[in-house]
Amino acid sequence: MSEPVLSVRDLEVAFPTRRRTLTAVDRVSFDIAAGEVLGVVGESGAGKSLTGAAVIGLLEPPGRIMGGEVRLKGRRIDNLPPEEMRKLRGARIGMVFQDPLTSLNPLYRIGDQIIETIRTHARVTEAQARERAIALLQEAGIQGARARIDSYPHEFSGGMRQRVVLALALCAEPDLLIADEPTTALDVSIQAQIIALLKRLCRERGTAMMLITHDMGVIAETADRVAVMYAGRIAEIGPVRDVVHHPHHPYTKGLMGAIPTLGPLAERLVQIPGTMPRLDAIPRGCAFHPRCGFAFDRCRVERPEAMPAGKSKAACWLVAQNVPENVAGAPA
Amino acid sequence: MMAAPLVEAKGLTRVFDVSKPWLSRLIEREGKAYLKAVTDVSFAVGRRETVALVGESGSGKSTVARMTVGLLTPTAGTVSIDGIDMWAAARAVERQALRRRLQMIFQDPFASLNPRWRVERIVADPIKAFGLAKDSAEIKHRVGELLTLVGLDPADGVKYPHEFSGGQRQRICIARALSSNPEFLVCDEPTSALDVSVQAQILNLMRDLQDRLGLSYLFISHNLAVVRHMATRIGVMYLGRIVEMAPAAELFSAPRHPYTRLLLDALPDLAMSGRARRPIEGEIPNPIAPPDGCAFHPRCPWAFEPCKVDVPDLIERGAGARAEACHAVEAGRT
Repeated sequence: MSEPVLSVRDLEVAFPTRRRTLTAVDRVSFDIAAGEVLGVVGESGAGKSLTGAAVIGLLEPPGRIMGGEVRLKGRRIDNLPPEEMRKLRGARIGMVFQDPLTSLNPLYRIGDQIIETIRTHARVTEAQARERAIALLQEAGIQGARARIDSYPHEFSGGMRQRVVLALALCAEPDLLIADEPTTALDVSIQAQIIALLKRLCRERGTAMMLITHDMGVIAETADRVAVMYAGRIAEIGPVRDVVHHPHHPYTKGLMGAIPTLGPLAERLVQIPGTMPRLDAIPRGCAFHPRCGFAFDRCRVERPEAMPAGKSKAACWLVAQNVPENVAGAPA
Repeated sequence: MMAAPLVEAKGLTRVFDVSKPWLSRLIEREGKAYLKAVTDVSFAVGRRETVALVGESGSGKSTVARMTVGLLTPTAGTVSIDGIDMWAAARAVERQALRRRLQMIFQDPFASLNPRWRVERIVADPIKAFGLAKDSAEIKHRVGELLTLVGLDPADGVKYPHEFSGGQRQRICIARALSSNPEFLVCDEPTSALDVSVQAQILNLMRDLQDRLGLSYLFISHNLAVVRHMATRIGVMYLGRIVEMAPAAELFSAPRHPYTRLLLDALPDLAMSGRARRPIEGEIPNPIAPPDGCAFHPRCPWAFEPCKVDVPDLIERGAGARAEACHAVEAGRT
């Protein structure tokens, strides 16, 4: 196995407040290999976007990294000074966010924005950069790129803007692409186009992608592996097929059953009682135990680490106990 | 249809004036501009039935919802409840009586509750407005009942909306909607703002309430999987028109209209059946200047000459109350 592009170990992100420190990302570890898509899913407040922000050094103060390390191709990047980190972003790490309008400057033509980015990271002439920008836009599926390169962002539709952002993110040939809810603001028919595009570009260029989304369907279509987050921790991580079809963690099981699908029709959706705990009230032991139908004494006191479960890893004491599959069905 | 439907919408049309101010029009020598948000939409909802309208943004589904509950006057067309025309019901008393029987649940549970009112006051408001209780003791009792019905604690009544999570707020919205004993609920994207595990709780609750209270729903959503789970019949909307109407199971097992087929193909799904993805080419056209003929023809792989000229009618074909508006299906080209 070659070295992973991104390697995150025991990452901790916290928000110090006057009374106490709130831990929003709690000892999260994962790797992403070249050309691989790692999906990160979770409900709101699970810490998935914060994990992404921490990796690229874009945490909003007062949030900060309290522990662990982030390595990009072996080089440690979580402790770089802001100026060096800024150079690294854009050059080696591309970013795509939910709302393409906020990623583009409304006052500049899209061509100028891409050309500027290319010239920041590569020694090329204006004309060369322009040709490259046109090629990138074409690759991102914008027809008639040569004619549209001098348009302003508002002249594009939402889906087209997201293609522009994608072209912008890829223009320095990054090793890693962080996509945070890239298709959430788009309609289904457009969403499918963007997903197909993301997947193709990453495969062709060997870019590693961290795809953050709350939409399990998008993950199932796009990701190679998936990490399910709950209350700032990774509940389960593994190949997407295994996590979706043979989940081991009770939370993952509940989550999969709760999603209405186009497959066989369920009479009732699985219901996980309660809601995710707030940051200031994360329970002791396993964070999921108050909502879990199978919690036992150990879950209430000791936090489970990720342990092998089939082809995946799950942070659950049931797995350690080797409870047979049928007993660990989804909680009622 | 066997029995008379509870709610019937006929030929609903809504046009919005989206013209620039008159001075700009004068200077730029432009005429008025109109947006046809909804064109000739008809559907019927039977008792204890859930009819869903699905579509992408700009398809006009929310406009239909608002016209159905009477929040928006239709430009043309009628909505009748139990045979009484909502907009023609001349006397205010009659309209008032009609309004009690239908309620709406909105998408954003954060924006649809008054932040300065306690929950008990929010839920009691329709009871007072329609004069459904004798005294304050009865109101209090009824509010407690409603809160229990939607899975909250009657003691929660004294709290304010901000003390609740999104899912709990949507429960409050449902309690408020149920407080006038309605028969018909219009739900406009009721779970779109919620996380999946909470969405499952609300969808299950809505089905339980339907069984217990004999409710009928008009369910508006962009999420096909959610709609499939909830609806008995589904109407697919594209650019202001219903392009296909079918019983839920049949729509998913054998979609007929090209748009429906492509939409189902494009949908990311957990099943990962490995079926070939065929993303729909192109984008939704500008509703101010929609294409001639069938609005879907520029994106449709089966389009032929008539599609560019004639708007296809929604025609019922075969058994099972299925209907679709497509020249290509009519000509057997698909």
